[in-house]
Amino acid sequence: MDTEKLITQLCDINALTGNEDKASEKLLSFFEPFCDKAWVDPFFNVIGYKKGDSKEPKKVMITAHYDQIGMLVAGYEKNGFLSVSNLGGIDTKALLASCVTIHGKEDILGVIGAKPPHLLSKEETKKNLKITELFIDTGLSDDMIKEKVAIGAPVSILSPTVQMENGCLSGRNLDNRCGVAALVLILEQLQSMKHDNDIYVIATVQEETSALGAMTTAYSLEPDVAVVIDVTHGDMPDAEKSKCFPLGKGVPVGIGPAYNRRETENLLKTAKKERIPTSLSVEAGDPGTECWAIQISRLGVATVELSIPLRYMHTGVELIQISDVEMAANLAAKYSAGEIGELATPGGIL
Amino acid sequence: MISLIKELTSVYGPSSREEMIREIIEKRISGKVDEIYTDTLGNLVAVKKGKGKSKRIMLAAHMDEIGLVATYIDEKGFIRYSNIGGVSSFFSLGQKVRFQNGITGCVFYEEKLEEFKDLKHNRMYIDIGTKSREETEKLVTAGDIAVFVGDAVEQNGKFISKALDDRIGCAILIELIECLDKVQNEVIFVFTVQEEVGIRGAGTAAYGLMPDIAVAIDVTDTGDTPECKPLSIDLGKGPTVMIKDGYTISHPKVKDALIKCAEEKSIPYQLEVLSRGGNDAGAIHKTAGGIPTGGVSIPCRYMHSPCEMVDKNDVENAVKLLKAFVTASF
Amino acid sequence: MILKLMELTKIDGISGDEQDVRDYILSHVKENSLQYVIDSMGNLIVKCNSSGQSQLKVMLAAHMDEVGMMIKDITEDGKLKFITAGGMDSRILPGQHVRVGTDKIPGVIAQKSIHLQDKDERESVVKLKNLYIDIGAKDKSDASSLVSLGDYAAFSSDPVLFGENRLKAKALDDRAGCVILLELLQRVWPFELYACFTVQEEVGLRGARVAANRVMPDIGVVIEGTTCADVPGVKEHEQSTLLGKGPALSFADRTSIGDRELLKHFEKTAQEEKIPYQWKQTATGGNDAGRIQTSGAGVKVITVSVPCRYIHSPVSVLDIKDLENMRDLVEKALEKLPQMV
Repeated sequence: MDTEKLITQLCDINALTGNEDKASEKLLSFFEPFCDKAWVDPFFNVIGYKKGDSKEPKKVMITAHYDQIGMLVAGYEKNGFLSVSNLGGIDTKALLASCVTIHGKEDILGVIGAKPPHLLSKEETKKNLKITELFIDTGLSDDMIKEKVAIGAPVSILSPTVQMENGCLSGRNLDNRCGVAALVLILEQLQSMKHDNDIYVIATVQEETSALGAMTTAYSLEPDVAVVIDVTHGDMPDAEKSKCFPLGKGVPVGIGPAYNRRETENLLKTAKKERIPTSLSVEAGDPGTECWAIQISRLGVATVELSIPLRYMHTGVELIQISDVEMAANLAAKYSAGEIGELATPGGIL
Repeated sequence: MISLIKELTSVYGPSSREEMIREIIEKRISGKVDEIYTDTLGNLVAVKKGKGKSKRIMLAAHMDEIGLVATYIDEKGFIRYSNIGGVSSFFSLGQKVRFQNGITGCVFYEEKLEEFKDLKHNRMYIDIGTKSREETEKLVTAGDIAVFVGDAVEQNGKFISKALDDRIGCAILIELIECLDKVQNEVIFVFTVQEEVGIRGAGTAAYGLMPDIAVAIDVTDTGDTPECKPLSIDLGKGPTVMIKDGYTISHPKVKDALIKCAEEKSIPYQLEVLSRGGNDAGAIHKTAGGIPTGGVSIPCRYMHSPCEMVDKNDVENAVKLLKAFVTASF
Repeated sequence: MILKLMELTKIDGISGDEQDVRDYILSHVKENSLQYVIDSMGNLIVKCNSSGQSQLKVMLAAHMDEVGMMIKDITEDGKLKFITAGGMDSRILPGQHVRVGTDKIPGVIAQKSIHLQDKDERESVVKLKNLYIDIGAKDKSDASSLVSLGDYAAFSSDPVLFGENRLKAKALDDRAGCVILLELLQRVWPFELYACFTVQEEVGLRGARVAANRVMPDIGVVIEGTTCADVPGVKEHEQSTLLGKGPALSFADRTSIGDRELLKHFEKTAQEEKIPYQWKQTATGGNDAGRIQTSGAGVKVITVSVPCRYIHSPVSVLDIKDLENMRDLVEKALEKLPQMV
């Protein structure tokens, strides 16, 4: 599969947090060719199922969220301007002088402009704008805009996906469409692998706000193990070194209370055997990913996490290296197909 | 309707001490529903069974109000306190509060406080007019909770009162119980507990019921007062249908159905997009394998103060909207 | 009981790394031939012996984890950068002895000597990112041969009896609770009692919900260590609890409001059995009770705590009599539970 094309196609899809309903069927079409069964659940999580060979298979759930951050139309201002509210943790500093798409009755182009520098006071240039101070210029009249766009309409960042040097890709939605791309690569790889475990590959919803997709799928499917694939911070010169991971140098694997210790060790052992370089991502508490919610579902789920380093998260110019996506997918596939032992001591008393 | 609202808002019922308000509500609705019971944490559940093969719809409004819990009584008899729910120190200053046994207290602050922006509950106290710790402890002990005093008034088509959050939601459910004939869907009215301290009752109620669909009925903020933060919700322009709040993004199925009902029956409505704040929907929608949930809210000025204000028409339109909603087929 | 508590506090078990504490507890559980389950998060759930008199299901909970640190990075010159696990006042960190990893490599937490700090640095609060652990390593590769990223670092603090009936140790929150559970699980109870030693309380009350989902109790009783600030400089109304005045009942904290009937029952039991007790005078803090209460279709809960001065530090202090009184109160209150319900 052409990984770059896959990622680009996935990034082009609009699936803002809480508004994934319109994109779910498109996501499904990526999974279907490789699954025994694939479906969209009532919350628009997209699930692909591959049956395992064992008579008493363990259940492995591999998730990557497909929702993207953005904005919602919050109000109408004079002259066809719109005010917005944030959907997820959008970085307003990277929104000035940019374009957006307003998804009303039809898709409409909007411009988030900035006050001309000639008119700015010194104090103004030193402050960042809050989301309540941003306005979208639609170029339409008051009547037209009210007719075409309702309050609550989702607004996505408009930014192309661009090839960069050294197999890098930059654009919007790489958080977490590159994780979803990894899911497709995993499904493709599993087609030619034997696996005892029943494997559920899930593109989840609402990770950027409440992790609802992770919670509902973990509850419904009751997996033994969950493998979460999300992005982590790539190396940036002005960021604390210990919190970032270099592009192309290995798959960051999570360690800490959010992850099952034994299964994380197994994941690392698998990586060593398959000669996939890894690094350790130490988290002493909430890692900010779906693991935190999935781990405490029902009677507990053994969670592990693999990440894809990504620079400039939550802007329209996120940047990744394609080989990182392929490495993560390869590791997740090999691990999920492997052996998983008992996770709770035998002799359930309840 | 004002007499219902006067009755509901005047009853004592801070989070975790909802017995009195529950009793009043139960009296009002017994005989009008098919089943009624109280669950483990104190949620009051009332069921109107459906006619046929139907959906089970849960409507939730919370009974509890915010309050102040007495934590420490000093030797002169002054009562130190902590907040039960989101209580602003500024809104509490100079207010009258009342304990369950009827004792009234004055809330004031340590005068030595230099900067008003540092006004926090730990620099404030309640005075019930006693001279010593012993005298106070005969009337109020640590652990007792006081609520604000703010009698309900109807004026210019508005209701002004403390605890409209969310006794107005309870009033709406009660009106609905009275005017609803048997419908296809089973409608489960849940008067929840402990919403103000972290939405603690609604999730457990939803778990016990596992409804097909849920709607939370609460109050919401407005953007129509002097120099307020921008918000496209006005008093009197109709109840709101939730798009999203700080905890929940409405399920499109529920949101679209509510909007469709409003449009078909020409009921005025507004759309709610909040970045902060939440209600029972926040716990309900995440329950078990997820429950498709939405919200209908009454625009309310001055939330969490003793003089909350809502519009009578918004309330009546909310009843109409919910009646249409539970009658719809899913 | 005190010796067991001292032994328990000696063991290191930071959130996510509780296995050594669990192993100690498990050896005692096995001595009593009790059934148990260890779930995938590491919670240890023990089914106590029941006479079958009542069908009531009670969950008794104490958490095994303590606050501590994790190694996040190793610098070129062999120093260890770390992050904290659980809520800690970072001002207590400079000057502490710690032990790192399963090999317990000794280290010290430091920043540069005071002589070399300028006025601003001397007077300002230390930032976590400027602190490091020094194990005496020469450089990065020397350090990496001894410790790894993700290793846990615990305070090196030995338990010491001092003053009048006082015990100083790390992790009294909540090994004090664990030791009380150990005492109580040895008996036969008239109802179904599950002693749950939970994990990851300090990083978000996480194990308790999962344990509650398994047990599905009617009632939850959480045994904790709580804030005790009866020291100079703290206003009376902010002291929370007083050392030596007995176990504390909480009417409310940030994660749960105790069930009124249970609170009345425990208070009545204390009065009848002449056990000293006090009410926690603040509504701060949070514990497993919050998660147990909102699990499933709802559970009635109560929190009973032993006052601990300097909680969440290596020198937490409790009063032995408070601990003994807490054991007595919980034991008697549990015995009388079936009559209350």
